Amino acid sequence: MEKQRLKTGSLSRRDFLKVSGITLTVPLVVGPRVLKVAGAEVKVFGPGKVPMTFTINGKTYRAELEPRVTLLDALRNEFDLTGAKRVCDRGTCGACTVLLDGKPVYACSVLAIEAQGKAITTVEGLMQDGKLHPIQQAFIENDALQCGFCTPGFVVACKALLDRIPNPTPEDLVVGLGGNLCRCGTYVGIRAAIAQAARMQRGG
Amino acid sequence: MRAFEYVSPTTKEQAVALLSSTWGETEILAGGTDLLALLKDDIVRPRRVVNIKEIAELRGISFSMPAGLRIGATVTLQELLDHPDIARHYPALVQAARGVTSPQIRNMGTVGGDLCQRPRCWYFRSGFGLLARDETGRSLVLEGDNRYHAILGNEGPAYFVNPSSLAPALIAYGARLRIFGPRGTREIPVERFFRIPKSEAEREYDLQPNEIVTEILVPPPSAGMVSATYEVRQREALDWPLATASVALVLEGQRVRSARVVLGHVAPIPWPSPEAERALLGKTVSEEVAQAAANAAVQRARSLGKNEYKIQLARVAVRRAIQQAVGGGARR
Amino acid sequence: MAERNAMEMAEYKWPEPERRRLIGKRISRVDGPEKVTGRAKYTYDVNRPGMLAGKVLRCPHAHARIVRLDTSAAEKMPGVKAVLPLKKVGDEILWAGDEVVAVAAVDEPTAEDAIRAIVVEYEKLPHFVLDTDPKAAGERVRPTAEQVEGDPDAAFREAEVVVEGLYGASLITHCCLEAHGAVVEWEGENNVLVHVSTQAVSGIAGQMAGPLGVPAGNIRVKQDHIGGGFGSKFGPDSWGIAAAQLSKMAGGRPVKIMLERDAELMVAGARPSYYGRVRVGAKRDGTVIAWESETWGTGGIPPTSPLPLPYVLRIPNQRKRHVAIVTNSGPARAWRAPLHPQACLLTMAALDDLAAALRMDPLDLLLKNIELAGERADVYREELQIAAELMEWKKRWHPRGDPSPGPVKRGLGVSIHTWPGRGHACRCDLTIHPDGSVEVKLGSQDLGTGTRTAIAIVVADTLGIPLEAVRVRIGDNQYPPAGGSGGSTTIGGVSSAARRAALDALDQLFARIAPLLNASPDQLEAWEGRIRVKEDPSRSIAWEQACARLDGMPLTVRGENPGPGELTTAGAAGVQMADVSVDIETGIVRINKMVAVQDCGLIINMKTAESQCYGAMIMGISYALYEEKIMDPATGRMLNPNMEFYKLAGLADIGELVVHMMTGEKYDRRGVIGLGEPPVISPGAAISNAVANAIGVRVPFLPLTPERVLEALAKKGGSHARV
Ligand SMILES: Cc1cc2nc3c(=O)[nH]c(=O)nc-3n(C[C@H](O)[C@H](O)[C@H](O)COP(=O)(O)OP(=O)(O)OC[C@H]3O[C@@H](n4cnc5c(N)ncnc54)[C@H](O)[C@@H]3O)c2cc1C
Ligand code: SF4
Ligand code: FES
Ligand code: FES
Repeated sequence: MEKQRLKTGSLSRRDFLKVSGITLTVPLVVGPRVLKVAGAEVKVFGPGKVPMTFTINGKTYRAELEPRVTLLDALRNEFDLTGAKRVCDRGTCGACTVLLDGKPVYACSVLAIEAQGKAITTVEGLMQDGKLHPIQQAFIENDALQCGFCTPGFVVACKALLDRIPNPTPEDLVVGLGGNLCRCGTYVGIRAAIAQAARMQRGG
Repeated sequence: MRAFEYVSPTTKEQAVALLSSTWGETEILAGGTDLLALLKDDIVRPRRVVNIKEIAELRGISFSMPAGLRIGATVTLQELLDHPDIARHYPALVQAARGVTSPQIRNMGTVGGDLCQRPRCWYFRSGFGLLARDETGRSLVLEGDNRYHAILGNEGPAYFVNPSSLAPALIAYGARLRIFGPRGTREIPVERFFRIPKSEAEREYDLQPNEIVTEILVPPPSAGMVSATYEVRQREALDWPLATASVALVLEGQRVRSARVVLGHVAPIPWPSPEAERALLGKTVSEEVAQAAANAAVQRARSLGKNEYKIQLARVAVRRAIQQAVGGGARR
Repeated sequence: MAERNAMEMAEYKWPEPERRRLIGKRISRVDGPEKVTGRAKYTYDVNRPGMLAGKVLRCPHAHARIVRLDTSAAEKMPGVKAVLPLKKVGDEILWAGDEVVAVAAVDEPTAEDAIRAIVVEYEKLPHFVLDTDPKAAGERVRPTAEQVEGDPDAAFREAEVVVEGLYGASLITHCCLEAHGAVVEWEGENNVLVHVSTQAVSGIAGQMAGPLGVPAGNIRVKQDHIGGGFGSKFGPDSWGIAAAQLSKMAGGRPVKIMLERDAELMVAGARPSYYGRVRVGAKRDGTVIAWESETWGTGGIPPTSPLPLPYVLRIPNQRKRHVAIVTNSGPARAWRAPLHPQACLLTMAALDDLAAALRMDPLDLLLKNIELAGERADVYREELQIAAELMEWKKRWHPRGDPSPGPVKRGLGVSIHTWPGRGHACRCDLTIHPDGSVEVKLGSQDLGTGTRTAIAIVVADTLGIPLEAVRVRIGDNQYPPAGGSGGSTTIGGVSSAARRAALDALDQLFARIAPLLNASPDQLEAWEGRIRVKEDPSRSIAWEQACARLDGMPLTVRGENPGPGELTTAGAAGVQMADVSVDIETGIVRINKMVAVQDCGLIINMKTAESQCYGAMIMGISYALYEEKIMDPATGRMLNPNMEFYKLAGLADIGELVVHMMTGEKYDRRGVIGLGEPPVISPGAAISNAVANAIGVRVPFLPLTPERVLEALAKKGGSHARV
């Protein structure tokens, strides 16, 4: 296989080790190195800290982070946007849900470096002109929260669901909210909140 | 998570060039829903992570007759679900994708990633390796708790179950994978992509460390084809199935002219069942025929001690998938 | 105020129903807006200037001895600020996940790297984690003394029917969504500031003082919000102490240690498993006369205590034996209503099996024996009837085994429960400011039960002012001490203290205002934002104007829960019913509907009271069907310390839930009683009974997984009767 390398010049194993052989504890922030592969220049970031820029709730944020830092940890630890919670940290519970370009994702399972250049919306960004989003209002009125730790994730997931499906059926809720868990057991309130927010958005 | 360097190439040639030819040194990042967990649990320790989501040619879905369906490897499960042609012609695939009940996973997780995701065996995920052996070499699966482990293809040394819900459906439809590597492009039936590793050094699928799954090609639905996926899952919330079956039958009148029956989450690979297929061929599907096929599918199944119940679940999945296909699956 | 305390204790009462504008109504929580917008700060969210990330190295073995421990490489790493061994060479480790070394570093990735750089070598020792069979436990059993009441032998001889069954519930964990942890900073000489996720804000300093060697008065404890506790968060824990020590080592920089999810599930809380063989003897008419049980179970190393059996119903003749099994499964902690869900399951399932043996409706069997519940028998009777109506029990119940064709079988189950829920010791300071605003301060905490809101309701209703005028400040140990929030004791404690403070404050205000209105203080009342003469409401003064008479000095009054009496008592009774469908081909159980009927004395906030019941039923569905801390015989580790295989019920798994709270004079008269525990007790039993009713056989153990349901079907169940 080594012999049949692509003409465009993929790296041999020795080349590879050369380019990746930098030690893993470089503490300094360095700009990306550039590798010439397959006839093009590709930027290599890290493993040390690299400058990153994010658009979160319409604002620009900058930080120097290692590529291994997740979006969730960047939001919480660098920008003090602690609405999204770290619970399972493995893409199971939904407490870290944020919107990436309008779609709900688990921030614990996205590398911060990948989220650059995308519109990131966190629960902190749902209020408009100081007013609660209808789903937030509905959560309060229907007591769809107890300890509230799962709540920001649920609020964001519910908003995303209603954006996609304005009048969700119970079946839509199975497939549309199966990615969020609550330990206190607030699901009855959440179902009621969704129904109310759907009504409000219909112009009720 | 250990530190790594990150690259985001824009062509598959670049990506392949950035991948090492040795397992462990680099990892491909698609949706990250599995890879990030593997990194956090210290199961993989790459020096470099290669993001493939910026590669335009890995995206997109196209469908036409008679060419069939092409799914780019980085198409998300949600995009798959939302595609009207797929919904119309490939119900077994849609039903499988819908079983992943988390929109967050569906928005991030890719079809290629679903096929290449690593087993969820709790010993593997705690660092005991794919074959789950302790330092003395004994199998922890056999000694320990195997309630979620394989009932088929479990002669050893591997006992995990393949986690992909899409693979059985794709195999039932006769799908092929297109793979790009240093030697260019190759194509392989999805069915042959998976394999049971014989040693710790082997991966559970046929891929070189510097190869990328680029697209999935699904043949056009043949006339008279009905298909379905049935999952046995304990919870409605995001939950791993305990057993699934995908079936695609081509009917001639009432009779089964050809049949594919593929079980999921019951063996280290998606498990095609020629026994079940034989039990269906030439028959008119009735409750008894479906039951006979289901029985045939698990004829060779065996318990590892704590997973006897999965044999029954697999049997039910097969029977219900067949019944769902003839009763409710889209029919052309 | 002093005179009033001494002379007119009986005056501290709850207002009459027509005088309650807020109490008992459906009030949205006052901290709702903070929580839905993500502004609410939990301990996990505390970011302090210069804060270091703390991590803990944990032992992977269930039983081992440390033979080598080398932290030197970690200490030398750039960015690592402190390394603190928590164990030393020679120490024995008794469960996987136990703490070995703690480190603090400039950020989380660096702390993780440091953890990986620590070398620990262990000598593995034999472990044991099996808890389902005491005979297999060898030396690991710790028997407790047999307990006998009445003459069980004679009663069993007399019995016309005897059923015998095997029941139990697996080890589970708390799985609070906010992990345990703390942010601690060592300020100056010997002052320590602690942000901690805790159910006992006022109790933490006392527990940290000893280990840290500083006076408790120097330890400031704060917590705005907590993401779940369920009984597992009463102490600073070894990691909280370690965070303080690391901070001291790092020159006072704040150190944050929050447990990773795997540690959270492995070491930060478990509900002990309990299993038992139960025999019940009865007359042919269903009168229960004899009980015998042999129970066992594990909560890790400390032996489990016997269960309160038989549960609720005091069967006159009984014999009980219990053996604890000592295992390396990790530490147990109080889990919402300790011992009750297990005792409830063993009792209610046995009675359900008895009813089946007698071909009796279990509802009738319970009613037949309800006098055994003692003084509150009438309440159960009433609740059982209401629940039956809400469930349409009489119309829908069928004898054991759903005869309808097809694989999906439907069934109904019932269970009853009790819990004391007495108010805890609690003090608060209530301040009326000259601008009319009101503040209440107490070292309490709101676990999501709605404590803040309840206090605000009590104070606002007592003072006749709007809810918004009251600011409740909790979560700080510099406020008057309040008990820990455990055992459903909070609502009784805080509401009594707040009511008394508000009444006393009002008395003082009345004394100032009375001359102005040409009345005596006892002729006045506070109503809808005014202070007025009861007999002649036209003589009144607005609340703000009245407060302006305070001569610029805030009026502060201390209130204290006087203990059981008019304001709070103990003893909640509840009934739950479940309607389930079971697919007998897959063993999958789905909840169609559950009904909870519950009393808890005077209800302060109907909205959050109902939420407690909904939440408890959901938690109950979760432990009945899904939850198990799976301990591996091969490695001795927990195999599912994640939320993928430690399964919690999701939004679509719970069916339709109906809650009915008992209200009215009879209940109000009892004062406030706690509600955190009671409704979580019965779901396991009610669901287990419903499954038995559906499929015709008993599935002995919770959770009712497909595996266990199919096995019970194959073996024809786990109980049998001799008639
Ligand atoms: C709690 C939970 C429950 C789930 N339940 C189910 C389920 O029931 N059924 C199911 O099918 N899935 C399930 N998923 C898995 C989910 O569908 C997968 O995680 C997802 O599809 C993986 O896609 P990804 O793009 O995120 O993969 P990544 O995490 O990016 O990658 C996964 C692996 O595949 C490799 N890889 C990815 N793409 C390629 C490629 N194009 N070529 C070569 N290698 C590649 C990566 O290197 C990595 O090793 C579940 C996941 C979670 C977290
Ligand atoms: S109130 Fe208990 S016993 Fe109750 S969960 Fe809470 S602390 Fe426990
Ligand atoms: S923290 Fe991201 S899904 Fe649980
Ligand atoms: S409200 Fe506490 S976890 Fe959902």
